[in-house]
Amino acid sequence: MSLHTLTVAELAAGLRARQFSSLDLTLHFLGRIERLAPQLNAFVTVTADRALADARAADAALAAGSAGPLTGVPIAHKDIFCTDGILTTCSSRMLANFVAPYDATVVDRWRTAGTVLLGKTNMDEFAMGSSNETSFYGPVRNPWDLQRVPGGSSGGSAAAVAACLAPAASGTDTGGSIRQPAALTNLTGIKPTYGRVSRYGMIAFASSLDQAGVLARSAEDAALLLGAMSGHDPRDSTSVDVPVPDYAAELGTPLRGLRVGIVKEFFDQGLDPQVAACVHQAIESMRREGAIIKELSLPSLPLSVPTYYVVAPAECSSNLSRFDGVRFGHRCDQPRDLMDLYKRSRGEGFGAEVKRRIMTGTYVLSAGYYDAYYLKAQKVRALIAADFARAFGEVDVVLSPTAPNVAFGLGSKTSDPITMYLNDIYTIGANLAGLPGISIPCGFAEEGGSSLPVGLQLVGPHFSESRLLSAAHQYQKLTDWHRRIAPGYE
Amino acid sequence: MSLTRTQVEGIAHLARLELTEAQIPVYVESLSRIMALVEQLSAADTGGVEPMAHPLAGQAQRLRPDEATEADQRDKYQRNAASVAAGLYLVPKVIE
Repeated sequence: MSLHTLTVAELAAGLRARQFSSLDLTLHFLGRIERLAPQLNAFVTVTADRALADARAADAALAAGSAGPLTGVPIAHKDIFCTDGILTTCSSRMLANFVAPYDATVVDRWRTAGTVLLGKTNMDEFAMGSSNETSFYGPVRNPWDLQRVPGGSSGGSAAAVAACLAPAASGTDTGGSIRQPAALTNLTGIKPTYGRVSRYGMIAFASSLDQAGVLARSAEDAALLLGAMSGHDPRDSTSVDVPVPDYAAELGTPLRGLRVGIVKEFFDQGLDPQVAACVHQAIESMRREGAIIKELSLPSLPLSVPTYYVVAPAECSSNLSRFDGVRFGHRCDQPRDLMDLYKRSRGEGFGAEVKRRIMTGTYVLSAGYYDAYYLKAQKVRALIAADFARAFGEVDVVLSPTAPNVAFGLGSKTSDPITMYLNDIYTIGANLAGLPGISIPCGFAEEGGSSLPVGLQLVGPHFSESRLLSAAHQYQKLTDWHRRIAPGYE
Repeated sequence: MSLTRTQVEGIAHLARLELTEAQIPVYVESLSRIMALVEQLSAADTGGVEPMAHPLAGQAQRLRPDEATEADQRDKYQRNAASVAAGLYLVPKVIE
């Protein structure tokens, strides 16, 4: 047994029992990062000095008896979270020189909990992508097959945790950016209810959809880390003032009696048969444990992708207007005038996909098109939310595959944005309706000589994170899929 | 639905994005395909449906008391700017 394959819960117990120090742990992970992160391109910035300082402080707290449950546990943050005094790039040329002047609330809370910051992980540029190939710093590779993508946009966080370079990492999820990479790299990834986690200091993409969450190697770890980042924050006007349950304490809720809805629209012809087989097998395991399986229909759900590709770009075009080459971010050389400064700074600073989304959003919001596109999409969004609300009158959770396929080859979907967008077909609905969702490992598919992870998704009503985590934990007690580690990274 | 080159140039101008000559046809094609995908929405019956702007029903944006809570950190913030002088952000001359 090696330190890097231990779960967060096991690491925390070992630290308290003084089996190893936080400094031991931190040096161990920094060594792995130095050796293995380059082949994955998982990190934008490794914060070794900060990590060692954090570890020494954690060891002092452990010795003084003032440690919390996560004190001394190393973590990584997606490079979308502002970290005071540390480069925060959002994997964009636009922010390649941006040193954040303050900590995001998520960063602040995990730090207050005593965690050790190992570094900032690579991601799709401004979180716009499903394969981590839009990063200014180049694609992230999947530890299960280096010729394949890890999913996106939290692909660096996913690759780092899957390769045991960090015990857990933060992510953000606007249309599936935690759950889809979790599925493609054999992790447990949770996107909580909209408003559950503060977005203060989290660089905005689409403000009515964005939500922070966790990528970890078990539901128990996700519970510990989600609890530590959740809660009301007056600095985010969309943060809700609802008490945070003790997620870890509620993991024991049994599967018996859990009403699980199987959405027939989610098992359509676009689904890889091997993925479908793994998910069906998981449904059978849950049924044997006493879960009540019910088929149901969410008739508006097939419209979630077109709805998303109006709402998200519209909000992105507005949010990203702040990058003007004046106050922060990339500025072009020798601007002729103010208009030239704006246009060239933005044209040079943003990558191709970010420009595509800004232009899509600008178009759907422009005079004469607003009603036909933006208002219409907001109405269809209401229909999708109503479908879920009806479903939760009959069932406790909705179960589906997380993604329609396993990890695909680098470059195989980059030429056609629509093909890439359809990768989020099962995850986007939860964002549109503001619902919590979790992806957990449920098997492997063989493709191109590789054994590749398959994930299933559970979506629940608003603020049902405890139910999702306990269902995931109970399933993980029955199975060992989540314990499997990519060959070469054990 | 198909967008024209002129439309794409107009959108890029509104979005304050300079495109290279080579990028324009790429965006004409991909934006047209995205708008074709979005066209699926027109088939949905949304009669009498209220548009949804916030994912949590009944949640309104909170207002906070209008009190100064942050310390002045102008110098720190301006370290990320390309060009500042005397606490001001510098841009090319706007008024001749």
